[in-house]
Amino acid sequence: MAEFKEISPNAPLGAKVTNWFENRFPTAFAEYRKHMSEYYAPKNFNFWYFFGSLAMLVLVIQIVTGIFLVMHYKPDAGPVGGILGAPPIAFASVEYIMRDVPGGWFIRYMHSTGASAFFIVVYLHMFRGLLYGSYRKPRELVWIFGCAIFLALMAEAFMGYLLPWGQMSYWGAQVIVNLFSAIPFIGPDLALLIRGDYVVGDATLNRFFSFHVIAVPLVLIGLIVAHLLALHDVGSNNPDGIEIKKGPKGNRWSPDAPADGIPFHPYYSVHDIMGVGVFLMVFFAVVFFAPEMGGYFLEYNNFVPADPLVTPLHIAPVWYFTPFYSMLRATNGVMVNVLCAIIALGVVLAFLKCRCSMALKVGLAVAGVVAIALLKTFDAKFWGVVVMGGAVIILFFLPWLDRSPARSIRYRPDWHKWLYAVFVVWFLILMVLGIMVPGPIFATPSLAWLTNELVAMIGTLFYFGFFLLMPWWSQQGEPKPVPDRVTFKPH
Amino acid sequence: MNLWKKLLLGLALAMNIAAAHAAGGGIAWDKAPGKLTDQASLQNGAKIFVNYCLSCHSATFMRYNRLRDLGLNDQQIKDNLLFTSDKVGDMMKSAIDPAQAKAWFGANPPDLTLVARSRAGANGSGADYLYTLLRSYYRDPVKPTGWNNLAFPNIGMPHPLWQLQGERKPVYETREEHGHEVHAFTGRWEQVTAGAMTPQEYDTAVGDLVNFLQWMGEPAQNNRIAIGVWVLLFLLLFTLVAWRLNAAYWKDVK
Repeated sequence: MAEFKEISPNAPLGAKVTNWFENRFPTAFAEYRKHMSEYYAPKNFNFWYFFGSLAMLVLVIQIVTGIFLVMHYKPDAGPVGGILGAPPIAFASVEYIMRDVPGGWFIRYMHSTGASAFFIVVYLHMFRGLLYGSYRKPRELVWIFGCAIFLALMAEAFMGYLLPWGQMSYWGAQVIVNLFSAIPFIGPDLALLIRGDYVVGDATLNRFFSFHVIAVPLVLIGLIVAHLLALHDVGSNNPDGIEIKKGPKGNRWSPDAPADGIPFHPYYSVHDIMGVGVFLMVFFAVVFFAPEMGGYFLEYNNFVPADPLVTPLHIAPVWYFTPFYSMLRATNGVMVNVLCAIIALGVVLAFLKCRCSMALKVGLAVAGVVAIALLKTFDAKFWGVVVMGGAVIILFFLPWLDRSPARSIRYRPDWHKWLYAVFVVWFLILMVLGIMVPGPIFATPSLAWLTNELVAMIGTLFYFGFFLLMPWWSQQGEPKPVPDRVTFKPH
Repeated sequence: MNLWKKLLLGLALAMNIAAAHAAGGGIAWDKAPGKLTDQASLQNGAKIFVNYCLSCHSATFMRYNRLRDLGLNDQQIKDNLLFTSDKVGDMMKSAIDPAQAKAWFGANPPDLTLVARSRAGANGSGADYLYTLLRSYYRDPVKPTGWNNLAFPNIGMPHPLWQLQGERKPVYETREEHGHEVHAFTGRWEQVTAGAMTPQEYDTAVGDLVNFLQWMGEPAQNNRIAIGVWVLLFLLLFTLVAWRLNAAYWKDVK
């Protein structure tokens, strides 16, 4: 226990009160210093560094609005009043919130806009990590916790989307849960376990509600705490990718702190508040003026109550899932053959080019044959699920895939920037393709061969190629000289 | 960074293509007049809705007394609009028996509370769709109801407002497209029998009805926009203060 500090009786009242609390709860004060007033972050943060704190803000918005929504929402798939043909209670309770609960529409729109906003800020936050190599040693765990947060967030969003019990809620859940049934051997039982019924129904709605409001938020909060604690142990990265802890020591606030560090509070807290202001302007512009966001944040068809007997013509997940959804759709029989061909080519190349032992070459060949046999044995739908899951899982391995001598994009060869830009473009193309119906993209008959699936297939191969070939391409080209100190322009 | 601007522009363009692609079936939609702040129009729309729609369609999520937002008081609502119930706090439910409806039309008439929201799409707003739908009926002896619709081919609902509009016939023309002769709708209609209203009066009446349907889809929407302006003004001020505060803190960080 910290030593009991006496304070002069002439001290100002504020100091006395602080002292009283510090003597009785020193941990709070020590933690405050460790994480706020004496946490030294690099002083050269730029625009990209707003999105971490904004993700925290959106989390708080979602939790607070969620608490109020749960007060009025009813997870019940049965008809209102038990009358056959009446709308489902869950759907009706959302409309009750929209109409009869004072300010209910405001709370609901904040929550629905918050879901999309969460993904926007998290995608930008992750891309920042990619740009500046924030996942590199010693920050591997920070990145892995972050990827786990992303995964939990996807589960949270998916289960939350079922709750309004509209047509898109219902059929989106039906499609995604059915994907699990494609897993060999255990699939059908697993899907049954998730649904709690043979089709998405009241049991599914209730368990998704439970997961959405209790289980996943708890996991999310735990992971966020781990993400932040691990970050504060190793210290923040910065746009130059330079370790400020390895640089000179001593600044205005402390003789032992890194010279290029600056106390998080108040410097970055006021900085982040400015970001919060700008973000909230955009956020509330959507909430108040375009809550449906042209059908992208709230899908039009979801204003129709769930009907297990009427399948919508076009079932599309919400925009933030569509890059992964289009990878799933792209993995058809053709894609499986393409993958087999790529594996075969890889084995041949290994035999011809690899300067490694014969045993390893034979091992690679056997592995290749097994992989091709597996690819052809199981249904393409299963491999689609593997591709979709793999697209997220592969992110966890980024710290070991990137072998570039320079951590930050600033000091990498210029063509690396273009490669990242092409990656972003492909990700966005996949996003758009996932929103569109499958089939030819253009109505022109001469362009009928250019199908959604074909483009998505190329995009999927690029996405995986970007990561799987990263150990090779990240070492290519001449990195630029990295300065000793961070580049900082006084404001 | 110019690169990012270009990327964003590209994304916006792609979203447009995606949206245009998602559009399907039926003729292009006309623009609904959209007078959500016009109380007289909304009141007239409510009257038409109660008289012509509510016999078969419900508005289950809508309470009669919410019509107070349209400038009516409880007594006015009771006297003029309350046919299917006797309490102003009740939901607007139709009197039709679902089993009979199914026998007559092949399906239960859908609930209309949210129809203006759910029917929106890449062609326009849900109001545009409804405005076009109610002005695109024609006689079709092949259909069991004797009616068909250009905006919703093979629609189950007969023309609900035919006494007001009368009968009309779409005008087709034969023109060449990609080397093929096609029989295409010209966008013009021919009046076959006169209705109780002139075509202009009818369009206004449908405009009012659609206006009401759009309002009913989200009764808070006018309020929402009014509050939003103040919220954004506050946030602008907040951001300005935060910006100067930030500058004050950082001004001597070298």
